Amino acid sequence: MRTLIILAAVFAALGLVPFFVVSDVWLNIAIMVLYSALLGQAWNMLGGYGGQFSFGHAAFFGTGAYTVAVLQVQYGINPWIGLFAGGLAAVVVAAIIGYSTFRYGLKGSYFALVTLAFAEVLRILSNSVPITGAGVGLLIPLQVAPSNLQFADKGSYYWLVWAMALCAFAAACWIGNSRFGAQLMAVRDNEDAARALGVRAYSVKLRAIMLSGFFSGLGGVFYAQYFLYLDPHIAYGASVSIESLLVPIIGGIGTLFGPLLGAVVLHAISEVSRDLIGDVPGISLVLYGALLVVMVLFLPRGLAGLLIRRKAAPQNRKKQEAEHA
Amino acid sequence: MPEAMLEVSNICKTFGGVRASRNVSLSVPDGKITSLIGPNGAGKTTLFAQITGFLKPDSGSIRFLGEDITGASPEEIAERGMIRTFQVVKPFAGQTVRDNIAVGAHLRIRSRRGALAKAEEVAREVGLGNRLDQDASSLTVAGRKRLEVARALATEPKLILFDEVLAGLNPSEIRDVIPVIRAVKDRGITILLIEHVMQAVMSLSEYTWVLNQGGLIAEGVPKDVVSDPHVIEAYLGKGMAERIAAREKADV
Amino acid sequence: MPDLAIIIPSVLNGLTTGALYALVALGLTLIYGVLHIINFAHGALLMLGLYAVYYLNTRFGLDPYVCLLIVPPAMFALGYALQRGIIGRAGHGRDENILLVTLGLSIVIENLALFFFKSDTRIIDTPYSFEVVQIIGAFVPEPKVFAFIGAFVTAGLLWALMSFTDLGRAIRALAKERKGATLVGINADHVYAMSFGLGIACLGVAACLLLPSYYVSPQVGQGFVLIAFTIVVLGGMGSFVGALIGGLFIGVVEALSGLFLGESLGQIGIFAIFIVVLIFRPTGLLGHKV
Repeated sequence: MRTLIILAAVFAALGLVPFFVVSDVWLNIAIMVLYSALLGQAWNMLGGYGGQFSFGHAAFFGTGAYTVAVLQVQYGINPWIGLFAGGLAAVVVAAIIGYSTFRYGLKGSYFALVTLAFAEVLRILSNSVPITGAGVGLLIPLQVAPSNLQFADKGSYYWLVWAMALCAFAAACWIGNSRFGAQLMAVRDNEDAARALGVRAYSVKLRAIMLSGFFSGLGGVFYAQYFLYLDPHIAYGASVSIESLLVPIIGGIGTLFGPLLGAVVLHAISEVSRDLIGDVPGISLVLYGALLVVMVLFLPRGLAGLLIRRKAAPQNRKKQEAEHA
Repeated sequence: MPEAMLEVSNICKTFGGVRASRNVSLSVPDGKITSLIGPNGAGKTTLFAQITGFLKPDSGSIRFLGEDITGASPEEIAERGMIRTFQVVKPFAGQTVRDNIAVGAHLRIRSRRGALAKAEEVAREVGLGNRLDQDASSLTVAGRKRLEVARALATEPKLILFDEVLAGLNPSEIRDVIPVIRAVKDRGITILLIEHVMQAVMSLSEYTWVLNQGGLIAEGVPKDVVSDPHVIEAYLGKGMAERIAAREKADV
Repeated sequence: MPDLAIIIPSVLNGLTTGALYALVALGLTLIYGVLHIINFAHGALLMLGLYAVYYLNTRFGLDPYVCLLIVPPAMFALGYALQRGIIGRAGHGRDENILLVTLGLSIVIENLALFFFKSDTRIIDTPYSFEVVQIIGAFVPEPKVFAFIGAFVTAGLLWALMSFTDLGRAIRALAKERKGATLVGINADHVYAMSFGLGIACLGVAACLLLPSYYVSPQVGQGFVLIAFTIVVLGGMGSFVGALIGGLFIGVVEALSGLFLGESLGQIGIFAIFIVVLIFRPTGLLGHKV
C-alpha cells in the first residue's frame, strides 16, 4: 500500500514535467529517460523479479516497433490500433521464446544466449524480407495528428511515454505485491523449492516473459512513432537489448524504482559526457560498458542496494549456501 | 483395511548402470509418523524424488490418496497435498521469513494479505514468530529447518516428506525440533521421515523401512528393525552382526 | 539444384572458414571447460588481436605469420590480467554476472576501437594474399589452407599441453574438482587466469591466421561471437575435438545455406542450429569434457 502511494506520487510529479520544462532539448531528455525506464522496467519484470536474464529484449522491442510501422506503411492501419497490435505481437514472440526455452528448463547463461540468438534471427529476417523494407528500413510518413499518434509538440509525446511507463511501473508494483509475484520470486530464488511448494514454475516464467515482452513491445511502438524510422539494426540490434538490461542493473534489479533510477543516472552520464568530451562516436557506449562492469563488480544490487534494505535478487546465494552447507 | 495414504509399488530406477531403486514397495498409513532409514548412498533421496515427481521412475507406480500420480509433476503432487522438504535446506534467500512461508501459503490462498496472515500464524506454530521480518538467509541451520517445516505446513498438506530434517543439527537443536514435528502430526498430518541418523527416528516413528543399495532390506517397528542382522550389517559392515551378538553373549 | 562444380568449392570454402571458427571456438571452449564461464568478450578480444596483427604488419612490415611469435603471447598476458583483475571477481555466485561483465568489457573494447581505429574496414597486403591452391578441381586461397592446417596444429598443441605438462594437469584437476585441487596446493586463481590467458592466446593465433584472408574493423568480432558459441555448444562445452568438428560443420553449413538461401538469410541456419542445440542438448552433441 505504501509503495503504491509513493508510486502514484512519483508519477503524478513526473506527469507535471511538461508544464515546467519548456525547452525542447530538456523535454527530449525527459522523454528518453522515461523511455529507458519503460524498457528497463520491462526487462526487470523477467530479469529482476524472475531472475531470467535476457540478452535479447530487442526481439520484443523490434517486433512492437515493426508491427506498428508495417501496419501503417503497408496496410494503412491506424497506429492507435497498431499500438495494441504491437504490444500483442511482442507478447506472441515472448510466448514463443518462453515456450521453447522454459519448457526445456533452459536457465542462466544458456537462456541469455538463446534470447540473443532469437533477436539475431529476427534481425536477419527483417533484413531480408520486403515487408519490413529489408535493409533500407521503413520510413513512417509524417502526418502530424493526434489521431495518427503523431504530435506536433514534445509535451504530448512525453505524456504518451509517461502513460506507457506508468502502466509498466504499475504492473511491476503489482508483481511485488501479488501471488504471481511471490511465486515468480520464489522460482528465481530456488526453483526446486518453489516447485516442491506447488509453484508451477514453467507457467509462472512464461507469464513473466509475456508481460515483459508486452511492455518492451510498447517501448518499440513509442520508438517508431517518435522517430518515424526503423531499420533492422535499430529494431533488433544489440543496443536495445543492452539498454534494457543496463538500466535496471544500474538502478537495482528486482526493485520497483530501480529502472527509473537507472534511467536517470544513465542519461545524466551520457549528457554530462557529451558536454565534457563532445559528440565523439561510441564514447557514451564506452561509459555504458564500463558502468556495467563496475556495477556488477562492486554494486551487484545496483544503486537501490545502497539506498534501501534488501528484499530482492540475492547475488550471493550460492556463496551463502556453500557457507552454511 | 482402507487403502494406505501413499502406496509405492515396485519402483525401479537406474542411473547409467547404477540401480538407485530396486523394486521398492511401501505403503504409508494415514495419520502416523513413519520413516525410511538407510546408510548414506542407499537411495533414500532418490526414492523421495521419485515419489514427489522430481524424478520419473523407470517402472512401478505411486498412488496417493487412492489416485495414480506416477509421472506427475512436483507442482501437481504438491497441489494434491504431498509436500517434500530438502536435505540441503533451500530458503528463498534475500526474502524475509514471512515472504518465504507465504509462498507455501499461496498454494491455497490467492490473496496476498491472506497468505501473509497465514504465514504469520504458521511461523508462530513452529517457533519463528519473532523472526518474521528477518532475512531467511540470516537464520541458523536450526532456524532454516524450522522454516522448511513452516513452508510445508503453510500449504496445508496431508502428507509431508521430510528429507533429513534433523541432519546437521546438534543434540540440543534436535531436542528443539522434535516437538515441532510431533506437533505437525498432532494436526492430523501424516509424516514420512528420511534419516540416516537412527536414534532420533527411533523415538519419533511408529514404523520404519530400511533401504540399502536401492532395495528394502527390512521393515517393521523401529525396535525390531534395529536389531535385525541385515540392518546392522548394512550400517556397520559385513560380519558386524555376528560380532555384536557374540559380544552380547560374552557380556551375559 | 546447383551441380557439384559449385557445391565442392563451396564446401571447401566452408571447411577452411570453419577451421578458423574452430580456432576461435577452441579458446572459448577451453575457458568454458575450466572456469565454467562464458566469455562474451571473445569476439572483441579477437578484434584486438586482428588490429595488433594489422599494425605490426603495416607499421613494422612484419609478416602475419611472424606475428605468431608476438601476438599470442601478448594476448595471453591480456587474458591473464583480465581474468585476475576483473572477470574472476565478478561472479558473486551467479554465472549470468560473468556474462554481464564480459558483455560490458566487449562494449568498452569495441567502442574504444571505434574511437581509436575509426570504423573503416581494413585489409593487409601480403605476397600470398591472392595465391591459390588447387584441391579436387577447386581453387582455395593459400592463406585459408594455412589457416586450416594451423587450426589443427593449435588444437594438437593445446591437447599436448593439457595432457603432458604440469600446468595442463593442474588445469584439468581444477576443472574437475575445485575444492580438491586447492587442497593439494593448486593456486586456483592463478591457474584459472592461466587458462583464461590460454583461451585468449588462441584468439591471437586465430588473428594471425585470419587476417591474410580476412579484414578487420571494430565490429568484426561480433560476427564471431555467436558462431563460436554455436560451435562450442554443438561440440560440447569444453571439448577440443568437439570444437574442431563443430567449427568445420558450422563453416560448411554457413557456406551451403549461403549458397541456397542467399548471403543475408544464410546466417539464419547457424542461429537455428544454435537455438535447437541449446534447447535440446545443452551439454552438446559430443558430451562434456576438458
